[in-house]
Amino acid sequence: MSALERIKHNFFDLEVIEKYAPSIIDGLWVTLHLALFIIVCGLVLGLLLAVVRSFQLRFINWLIIFVVDIFRALPPIVIMIVFYFALPFVGIQMSGFVVAWLSLTLVLASFVEEIFWAGILSVDKGQWEAARSTGLSFFQTLCNVVLPQAIRMTIPPLTNRTIVITKSTAIASVVAVPEILSQAGAAQGFSANTTPLTMAAIAYLLIFIPLVAMSRVIESKFAWKR
Amino acid sequence: MLISIVNPNDRPVVLDAKGIVKTFGQVKALNGVDLAVTRQELVFVIGPSGSGKSTLLRCCNRLEEPTAGAVYVDGIDILNRGININAVRRHIGMVFQSFNLYPHMTALGNVTLALRRVLKLSTRDANSRGMEALDGVGLTDKAGAYPGELSGGQQQRVAIARALSLEPKIMLFDEPTSALDPELVGSVLEVMRRMRNTGMTMVVVSHEMRFAREAADRVIFMDEGHIVEEGTPSDIFEAPQHQRTRTFLSAVTQK
Ligand SMILES: Nc1ncnc2c1ncn2[C@@H]1O[C@H](COP(=O)(O)OP(=O)(O)O)[C@@H](O)[C@H]1O
Ligand SMILES: [Mg+2]
Repeated sequence: MSALERIKHNFFDLEVIEKYAPSIIDGLWVTLHLALFIIVCGLVLGLLLAVVRSFQLRFINWLIIFVVDIFRALPPIVIMIVFYFALPFVGIQMSGFVVAWLSLTLVLASFVEEIFWAGILSVDKGQWEAARSTGLSFFQTLCNVVLPQAIRMTIPPLTNRTIVITKSTAIASVVAVPEILSQAGAAQGFSANTTPLTMAAIAYLLIFIPLVAMSRVIESKFAWKR
Repeated sequence: MLISIVNPNDRPVVLDAKGIVKTFGQVKALNGVDLAVTRQELVFVIGPSGSGKSTLLRCCNRLEEPTAGAVYVDGIDILNRGININAVRRHIGMVFQSFNLYPHMTALGNVTLALRRVLKLSTRDANSRGMEALDGVGLTDKAGAYPGELSGGQQQRVAIARALSLEPKIMLFDEPTSALDPELVGSVLEVMRRMRNTGMTMVVVSHEMRFAREAADRVIFMDEGHIVEEGTPSDIFEAPQHQRTRTFLSAVTQK
């Protein structure tokens, strides 16, 4: 076999592609759903935490910082394994999908909270003072004046972090979620051929290239004239 | 609590600050300052950097919480914990050295935010009142411009319109022209002069001595958290009683 034929046989075997395309496509839907749920819930929860933190209630802030630091420090795969294999011992049983969603949502929310919080702090004190001097309440100022600026400033780190964490849905195979990589791994085992990994890579690109492109659009939309 | 305070020439007192003390840790920014401003009066506050001028203004709308003393605005004790400070603040306009316009909103958006959120006007009513306010500072054609597209002088005029549109009972100015290029100062002073002529009550912290001479009813000289002396512009500028006032004035006018 020539080198070219070897490559073709190992990475682009048409028979294997045909046989395992349905399961890879199933995996693609699972990954897509997982990714969307994580992005939406992680961003919303992270924003809520940052808003709660801005009220500067000592005990609650301490709690937020503590929890957020734990979820930022632990490798996501460890969180998933703990949730999936350890929590049942205290009576909490969740499906692999829920575990993967919850773990990565909490990780994303933790990073997002820190990013938003840094954004809120970076808004000039004069903005608060100007708004409050016109009679706006703390919360009105936060929502109308401070958060819009904080969010704009933090769009690049926010989109980056969102993509990085959403990509780690690939580790959900350890908790038996039939997402792209776990489907591809199984197919690779059955077929004794690495073509399913090529298919997995293409499936990931199909999901994440649009996401990356969208983040670029958002970044340019939110850059406003100074 | 409503109490009517009337001064000798029968004009009601709009702002009455009594014995204001403000400490920041070890620093005594204000050491018992009294400031009473009657309706339509323009009080000018001068003094060296760090003498407590900004802190005094900021105590008058509770951006700073005074350590001791009392502040009445239109007879309302604004330091009372029970009052709704937001309802009080809309009656006290404030203009800052650094403009502090909201960079993500147009000039009109800056002016109408409080109209919509505090006065709860409809968007249409807020816009028409906002346009009136912008017209008042000569910036109708800039209604759709973002702060980043405006000169410093234009930004400060938008900031004035933002405060004026709420129809405040008193306006506080903290060095409104200090951040401006010299050629832009005039347009802002012109707007302030017009406000003065239409009877707005104003407290102005500024180093624009020429403006003080022609527009102020009273000039207050502050140093080290005290009012050193006060009087008419001619009292203060032509016949200052205290050495510290003379030193300050000669330093400022030498520039
Ligand atoms: N937020 C603050 N924290 C600590 N010290 C302050 C603060 N604001 C003002 N000061 C101090 O209070 C004094 C008066 O300041 P300020 O009112 O800004 O003076 P001015 O406006 O006359 O220059 C200064 O010594 C200043 O350093
Ligand atoms: Mg000052």
